[in-house]
Order: sequence, then C-alpha cells, then structure tokens
Amino acid sequence: MASITLNHLVKKYGDGFPAVNDISIDIADGEFIILVGPSGCGKSTLLRMIVGLEDITEGDLLIDGTRVNDKAPRDRNLAMVFQNYALYPHLTVYENIAFPLRLAKGKHSEEQVNKLVTEAAATLELTDHLQRKPANLSGGQRQRVAMGRAIVRQADAFLFDEPLSNLDAKLRGQMRSEISQMQRRLGVTSVYVTHDQTEAMTLGDRVAVLKKGELQQIASPRELYEQPRNLFVAGFIGSPSMNFLPATLEGTTLKTAIGDLEIPQEKAQKAAGKKVVLVGVRPEFFEDAKLVEDSKRPHGSTFAATLTHTEWLGNEQYGYINFDPAPEMRDLLNGLARDMDADELRPQVVVTLDASSRIRGGRESELWVDTRKLHLFDAESGENLTRDAEAGAALTREAAEERAEEIATAQQADRRADSGGFGSGNGATGGNTTVDAGRTGGATAAGGTHAAG
Amino acid sequence: MTNTSTKGKVLWAIVSVLVVVYALFPVASILATSFKTPSDLTSGKFLPSSGTATTSNYEQILVGDAQGLFLSALRNSVGIALIATFIAVVLATLCAYAIARLDFPGKKVILTTALAVSIFPVISIVTPLFNLWRTIGLYDTWLGLIIPYLSLTLPISIWTLAAFFRQIPWELEQAAQVDGATTWQAFRKAIVPLAAPGVFTTAIIAFFIAWNDFVYGISLTSTEAARPVPAALAFFTGASQFEAPTGAISAAGIIVTIPVVLLVLLFQRQIVSGLTSGAVKG
Repeated sequence: MASITLNHLVKKYGDGFPAVNDISIDIADGEFIILVGPSGCGKSTLLRMIVGLEDITEGDLLIDGTRVNDKAPRDRNLAMVFQNYALYPHLTVYENIAFPLRLAKGKHSEEQVNKLVTEAAATLELTDHLQRKPANLSGGQRQRVAMGRAIVRQADAFLFDEPLSNLDAKLRGQMRSEISQMQRRLGVTSVYVTHDQTEAMTLGDRVAVLKKGELQQIASPRELYEQPRNLFVAGFIGSPSMNFLPATLEGTTLKTAIGDLEIPQEKAQKAAGKKVVLVGVRPEFFEDAKLVEDSKRPHGSTFAATLTHTEWLGNEQYGYINFDPAPEMRDLLNGLARDMDADELRPQVVVTLDASSRIRGGRESELWVDTRKLHLFDAESGENLTRDAEAGAALTREAAEERAEEIATAQQADRRADSGGFGSGNGATGGNTTVDAGRTGGATAAGGTHAAG
Repeated sequence: MTNTSTKGKVLWAIVSVLVVVYALFPVASILATSFKTPSDLTSGKFLPSSGTATTSNYEQILVGDAQGLFLSALRNSVGIALIATFIAVVLATLCAYAIARLDFPGKKVILTTALAVSIFPVISIVTPLFNLWRTIGLYDTWLGLIIPYLSLTLPISIWTLAAFFRQIPWELEQAAQVDGATTWQAFRKAIVPLAAPGVFTTAIIAFFIAWNDFVYGISLTSTEAARPVPAALAFFTGASQFEAPTGAISAAGIIVTIPVVLLVLLFQRQIVSGLTSGAVKG
C-alpha cells in the first residue's frame, strides 16, 4: 500500500527523442489509475519507468515519499503483470506463483508459502491447475497465473501492462470485472496501461490520457467524457467518437457544413472573437427532431440534413452525414485522425438516434441537437473554449468519494463473509454473502495481510 | 489426399534409408574390419571370413602391446575434450547472454572476430603455435591443447548460444527482476533452465570438435603425456613390421566412437525444442 508520485518525469532515448515528456501525476494510496493513449504515446514506457525497468532521464519518482529513481526493480516492491504474461515455462503453476516468495529467502517458511499460494490460487480459481505447466493452460488461465504472482506478495502497488490485450473479447470482459473487484477488495494502488478505452473508462478511478509522451488530461472518466480539456482528449474518449465540425461563429449562431445551430449565449461568449472554431458534438447529443419531447426541445437547435445511411442496432441506431469542409479544415481533421491512430476518412458526422426513429438514408430529415452539451474548440490550439473546469473537478471529486465508499463496502463485505463462515446465515442476503465467501475468502486473507503490512 | 501422403511417406522412408546406409556404411565396415585377423584383411569381403572372427585387435589395444599407447591417449582425449568443452560452454554462455541482451559498443566486433577466428585455417596457426608453445613450455601438455581447442569451440558456441538466447523472451527476466530477483538470480532461475537445451547442444558440438581434432593433436604433442587418440592412431604399428595395423586402428576407431554415441543418446532428451512454449502468448 503506497502512494506514488511522478514528478516531472522525462524519458529520453539515445537519439534525444522524449518518449515521455514532463509528466507529473500524484497517485493516491489505493487509487486505480489508467494510462491510456494511442500506440507510441509513451504509456508503457512510463509504466516501466515506475517499476524500474527503464531508467528515468529527468524528474523524480517517489513511492510513499521516498525517491526511488536509482533503486533496482526488486527494491521497489511493486508487482507487475505483463502483456504476454511472462510465466516461467519450466515451473508449475504453483511454483510460478510461489516464485516471488522463494526469492525473498528466509522470509517465508514452507508452510507460509504453501498457505499464501493456496489462497492466491483460490482467489483466482486456479486450485485445480496448480501442478500443471503454463504450456498446458488456456490464455485466461495463464493471465490469472500472472496475476497470482502479483497478488501473492505484499506488493506496494500493482502495475498492469495491457494485461488483457491478448485475450478474446468475452474473456476480456470477464477478466476486466475480476481485476476491478480484486483491486477494490485488496485496496491496493494500481497503475494500468491500456489502449482500450472501455477498459480505461470502466476500471479507472482516474484516467491519464497521453499523446506523444505528454499528459493531455488526468481526470475521472466522467470528467474526461463531459469536460475534455482539448480536441485530442475529446476525440479519443468515447465510442463512436465525438464529431468535430468546422464552424464560424456569428453572434449565437454557428454556421456549420451541416446547417446553422443556435447555441446558448454563455457558450458563444467564451468563443467570442474567434473566427473559426471546431464544434465538438457527441453522437448521442443528436436526436430525431420528431421524437424530442417538448420540454427538451428549447434546449437545442433543429436543422435539416440528409443522412447517407443508417445502422439499426436494436437499442439505438446510428446515422451518418457526410460533409465537405474547407481544405485547410480538412488538413486539421486529418491531422487529428492521425493523432488518434485512425485512418484519414471522409469527414462524416455520426448521429445516434432512437431505435424507433423512422429517418432513413437519402431523404432530407429534421434533426435536433442538444446545444447545452456541445463544446467549442479553438481550431489552432485545439483547446476546449467551453470547458467548465469547476463542473469537471466536481465530477472527479464525486468519483473519488464513490471509490472510497466502494472500497469500504468491499472490505466490509469481505469481513462479513469471513464471519459468515461460522454459520450466521440470515436470509437471502446471508446466503449470497456465503456464496461470495467461497470465491473471495482467499483474497480476504491476502487483503488482510496487505492492510497489516 | 491420403494417397499422396502415403506416397510421400514411402518416398521419405526410401530417402531416409539411403541416407542412413550412406552415412553408416563406413562405420559398419570399420566395425567388421576390427574383428578381422591380419591375414583376412585383404580378403576383399565385407565380413570376416567364417570362423576367423577374432577380438585380438581389441585385446591388442586394451591389454596387449599397444595398450600403453592407446589407453593413455584415450585418457588424454577424454580429459582434454571435457575440460575444453566445459570452459568453452561456461564462457560462451556468459558471452552469448551479453550479446543477446545488452547493447554495448563493440558487440558487432566480438561477433565478427569470433566468426573470423572460426574460419581461420588451423594449419596456418599450427607452426607459430608449435614454436611459441615450445618456448613457453606448453608443448606436449594438456593445457597446450586445451587453449587451441578453445579457439575452435568458443566461436561456434557463442554463435549457437547467442541465437538461442535471442529466442528467450526478455519479459521473463524482467518479470523475475520485478518479482525480486537480482540480475544474477534472474539469469540463473529464469533464463538458464530455458537455455539448457541450447547449452547441451552447444556442449555436444564443442565436445565433438575437440574430440575429433587431429592437426593440433599431432603437432603440439610428442609423448603420451598429452597425445590424444586421433594422433595416437597414427603411431600404431603392426605386430611385425610386415603387418599393417589396420585391425588395431579399426578397433580403436570403434572405441572412440562409443563416447560420441553415448553422449548423443544421453542428451537426446535434453535437446528437445519447444521448452519455452507457454512462457508468453504465442
């Protein structure tokens, strides 16, 4: 259990190129931080700097207030789960998990090792596989062995380097929720690298978005989504991603390629003086004008557009509008797409419509857009002109409170599950807890030692 | 489909048999010759004439006249080859590991030098070595042979092992380091067990090179103190000056083949590939 402080960290390789450039993050004790960004943004390098596998060129790395820049990985007491598992193929699952304990010579007796490994295996449902070799395990099982190796020792923090990217989609979802629950139960500080924004949004207490080695924004997933600091963050977070429309502002009217939009006075004020802005509209801000309730209608603006085609998905449908921006705007949009690892596509607006909407491609139809939520970005700097920093900070504060509550609940549930083992089954809830106890009992014990140490 | 695969199998079987016969016929011939009496050597038949098969050749080199010459040579060969192999493998393991893992200036130079040394003609070094060894007193000693053997075995060992180490995922070592291992522990506990098949393969190759050498063996020794088997064979004489020692040489040839065969059989199980499977996703 520890806090980790990154203080203006810089990593330069031999050619002087900064892979990580001046990144400062304070990671609180027990916090789950996600590092996310397109490939080559330096997120893995940053993680490896924390664990000590990469040297730090400049800046300080503090664990619990102690500077650890010059400490070897083994002296930092961190546990890491690698993308490709990195299991020792000549050892059984049991010995793989016991490996860190055996290295700490003399610290653990044979019984203690046995107890810790058995507990970790029980947590990860590996008990039946303890005597097998990694080569005979499935991908998900190997992944769990790698996690077992991390949780068996009382590490100060867990570091994950894209741990799920080698699993298939279904297993990924399963492991994601397991990691999340395990982190809450153990309450251990975690740093998790991923390029998958679903993982970033669902797992993280706070998400750090990186681009080309620079930290763009670090905030709770909701703040990132609702109050992005710049174009990059806005475009990177969310799927389908935010639409960017070049527009000119005249009073409170935005003239865009898909039509004129009336925007609220206070938003227009913030962008006053800018000739050209980029309007960021999330697909779900749009709606079929016919289906908008009358109470909501005044909060938005209605325009006519022709959809090229629609995709009906059952719960909602996507519609697509093509538009033709001015050449200099096209370059800007292409550059943005490149930054995000996407292909340079024809400029297109994606709109999410209610599943019952009868709008189809080819016909001109009335669309409504919620102008309260849209953001205006500076076309040159990419800065969000309409960002409400206070609202954003409030969202992140909320997330922090929720996290504290979740950890408390999870640990309380564990304690209850422990005592529940003595047979105080009180009704349906009691039954549930006991079922849970079978699954989490091991982690509780491990978690207990964590708390003690 | 099954038709072609059956055909393919038959074809492979025929080719394999041909290769085996081609490779093993000389060995079989020597084996047969080693049981022939001196008078039977020129019979022109593959097998000894019926009723004349004898073990006298073996007796001669193991307990008879040539005993002193052969047994001391055998002792020299085994000792020198084992020591040279051991040193070569230990040095090459460390060197190859550094080459595979670290980025240091002069890495290319080491590899090219190793390659250059291994392709340097042995015969051109022998004469200078002969003079040098005599001056500094290494002539006709075990060490005097072990050093040149190292120059033969080290380059190839470094190259084979470096290729082997490159296949072992880096992450294993890093994982071990994060798990609390020192660099040395990570090497010993995570890398060496995986590299074992490569080390054994290299050891066998190195041993064969040292075991089979003739040029150094005959040039840098003069007595039984250090003369290895291949060189000693050249000093065999027949029972009388009118008899060729062919039978005895054949018998000695068979005996020196045995350790080689034994080695391969013993380590066959170690030289299995695919031991690294399961380490990483792949």
